Amino acid sequence: MAAAFLSELNPKLEEIADVKTAVSEAVINAVIHGYGMEEWDGPTQARRKSAWIHMESGLSDNVFEVSIEDKGCGIPDIKTAMQPLYTSRPELERSGMGFSFMEEFMDEVKVESTFGEGTMVQMKKKIGIVEQMEEE
Amino acid sequence: MKACKKNGQYLMIQMPEEIDHHQTVQIRQAADESILEDEVRDVIFDFGQTRMMDSSGIEIIMGRYRMISAFGGQVYIMNADTRIKKILFSAGIQKIAEFIN
Repeated sequence: MAAAFLSELNPKLEEIADVKTAVSEAVINAVIHGYGMEEWDGPTQARRKSAWIHMESGLSDNVFEVSIEDKGCGIPDIKTAMQPLYTSRPELERSGMGFSFMEEFMDEVKVESTFGEGTMVQMKKKIGIVEQMEEE
Repeated sequence: MKACKKNGQYLMIQMPEEIDHHQTVQIRQAADESILEDEVRDVIFDFGQTRMMDSSGIEIIMGRYRMISAFGGQVYIMNADTRIKKILFSAGIQKIAEFIN
């Protein structure tokens, strides 16, 4: 869905991949950490856990915006959660790189969370700007 | 699983075009079965087809490394493009795996 929106801005393939990676990180965070599922088993399990992930994306000028929101358990300490390699669930073979990758691939990442109520991740990325080649 | 090919002592894992949590659940299962049952020593991840990857790609490499390094096995990564390499390096994978091309 995000990729469809994005295509209006005539993005480079890498930019699409960047956004996909960041969105994938945010969504899987919501599933695994927000709702405490080991993995996404489809709508049946989601209904059982009344899991719900809301995603919204939009464009303004050449900035792509996306927000991913869940009504899961929330993050008690956002600063700790965003540290590279930190994971609250080491037993699941998680890398702890989720937020780091979001920050690496997007221009702006904002996290709002209320413990016990849910989490919203908002991300922005400028699309279609030709970066100057680094001189070697 | 067709993504995994055994060849003597090593297990070759063909990584998909897009690597996310969903994909890696299956790869992990197939790889672990093969590592345990066929007693392979080394694991090679082939990223030749991969264009997009999230942190689950890092997890699958780190997890296999933990399994096989205890028995003297090595992890190798081949055919990763510049983008995928950048992601792998940012997570420090070069410390545990050898890049071959």
